[in-house]
Amino acid sequence: MSERRHPLVALTVARILEFVREPEALFWVFAFPIIMACVLGFAFRDRPADPVSVGVVAGPSAGTISTALERTGIVRPRTYSTVEEGLEGLRTGKITLLVEDADGLVYHFDPTRPDARLARLEVDAGIQRARGRRDPAVPRDALVHEKGSRYIDFLLPGILGLNLMGTGIWGIGFSIVNARLKKTLKLMVATPMRKSDYLLAQILSRFVFLVAEVVLILAFGVAVFKVPIRGSMGLLALTAILGAIGFAGIGLLVVARARTLEAASGLMNLVMVPMWLLSGVFFSSERFPKAAQPLIQALPLTAVNNALRAVMLEGRGLTAIAGALLIITAWGAASFATALRIFRWQ
Amino acid sequence: MTLVSPAIACRALRKRYGNVTAVDGLDLEVHPGECFGLLGPNGAGKTTTIEILEGLTSPDEGEVTVLGRHWGSHERELRERLGVSLQESRLTEKLTVIETLELFRSFYARGRDPEKLLADLSLEEKRDARVGKLSGGQRQRLAVACALAGDPEILFLDEPTTGLDPQSRLQLWERIATFKAARKTVLLTTHYMEEAERLCDRVAVVDHGKIIAEGSPAQLIARLHAPHIIEFSTEPAVNEPFLAAIPGVSERRQRDGRWFLAAGSLAEAVPALLSALDGAGARLVSLSTHRSTLEDVFIALTGRELRDE
Repeated sequence: MSERRHPLVALTVARILEFVREPEALFWVFAFPIIMACVLGFAFRDRPADPVSVGVVAGPSAGTISTALERTGIVRPRTYSTVEEGLEGLRTGKITLLVEDADGLVYHFDPTRPDARLARLEVDAGIQRARGRRDPAVPRDALVHEKGSRYIDFLLPGILGLNLMGTGIWGIGFSIVNARLKKTLKLMVATPMRKSDYLLAQILSRFVFLVAEVVLILAFGVAVFKVPIRGSMGLLALTAILGAIGFAGIGLLVVARARTLEAASGLMNLVMVPMWLLSGVFFSSERFPKAAQPLIQALPLTAVNNALRAVMLEGRGLTAIAGALLIITAWGAASFATALRIFRWQ
Repeated sequence: MTLVSPAIACRALRKRYGNVTAVDGLDLEVHPGECFGLLGPNGAGKTTTIEILEGLTSPDEGEVTVLGRHWGSHERELRERLGVSLQESRLTEKLTVIETLELFRSFYARGRDPEKLLADLSLEEKRDARVGKLSGGQRQRLAVACALAGDPEILFLDEPTTGLDPQSRLQLWERIATFKAARKTVLLTTHYMEEAERLCDRVAVVDHGKIIAEGSPAQLIARLHAPHIIEFSTEPAVNEPFLAAIPGVSERRQRDGRWFLAAGSLAEAVPALLSALDGAGARLVSLSTHRSTLEDVFIALTGRELRDE
């Protein structure tokens, strides 16, 4: 007779070993979010706004108009010999607005494009001033470059939330479907192992990676982009833990019955892609119509992202994020309970 | 048959998958301490039967008791007392041999020391090797080691040596024999006649989900009334009425241009055959004899061969 470890501990350790011995999995969990944050962070780093390309149709006044536009510092003019060529440039997106001065000034632009409407304002102001308009009031621009209000500050908590979801659902999903395909699961249910121990171990093993994953992404954001963490670290940790458990539970449910890797990855995408878009990773979820808001706010990733941003960027306390934490916990608990009931072991 | 209650018993077992009846009214009794073999070709219903007995598949009809208990009411207790090795199940490739054994050991309240199991199955050298790097024979031995982790009273083995090289097969046979020597019960399925003859105290020949013969290998062979098989081919070929005249031959079958004669005595049948062929002007192309095996029993019972895959 020999001593044994508790099966839950043994299963969790086995799952962790299995994971760390899979180099691809490590890459996706740790390197991918950092690469993504780097690319997006640099793409949206602090720098003067891109100049707006505006076309000017050749004519007697084209030279003075171009000079006036250049003087704004924001508009970059280019000349077209005919209106048709200019309109072609507009259609293909080379310019956002076309200025024609044959029978009086004409601005060609697409009013549904916000950048075209802005271009119209800038172009018009530049031309009017060049032709002698005097502004009654001259304002002074005070530019905001405060940390915490830049795009990268908004983005980093979103990437953290995205990663919690991705590793929870992918990390758990593929390993379970693999074990089911290879009949490892069937072999395990032929032993006295408790089924709930197996599923719980999948969730518990997530904690180890969670610490590394969250610390790494946060440290990267703080060190490279000086992203602020205004709220308590404890609350941030709590949010990450509840988020990880919640998504692990959802991951279990997603693959509870899938028989093939193809079916599983289809289901995983079906669950994750809408949240990539709706849950405020890259832009605020508030942009979606009001009617859709109750649904969007109830999504687990929206809850996690909202809580992470509230703690990191606004320094909010537990009461402010309690609702969001409740949502993700409820998702996790309900998913786990359902998964345990409908799980296919063979 | 015995007063001891059976280790495994089932009655009128039936299991259908759509239109296919995998198990069709199967009765079975395995006594404590014996090694019992379910013998039959692929698709005969062996795996479905053993998985029903292991409590992994529920039968459509029929009753199963294992160690006097029912699966429905005593699943956990039974799982603690049984060891199972499945056909085609793969262990996690990223874990090492010892990690795998320790994992399986953790599932059982009582059990064997993983290090001892390694030694028992000659896997000490592979102790820290990943499962993914093992050969087929080593994997199969590890699978049996996992089945033994809980020090079971009954060991279920589904096709334990399929696809193994002869040496690995011998090693596994030795290990199963040791387990049996400790007065434990083994139920195995196989389509290797040699395996059944070597290991099993009793076998049941399964075909189309039914048991068509049952007994010790020696009993089954004895039932052929012909301990020898004469296999030959001639040029030109001879026909059945011609062979019917040869004395001492109880059965005649033709396959792939060869004749197979079941004979009680070679000394009687072979000279008679040779002189008859000589008289008919048929030239002998090949001739061989062997002692009847379970393979011949199966052919006699079903008219078909047990194929290897």
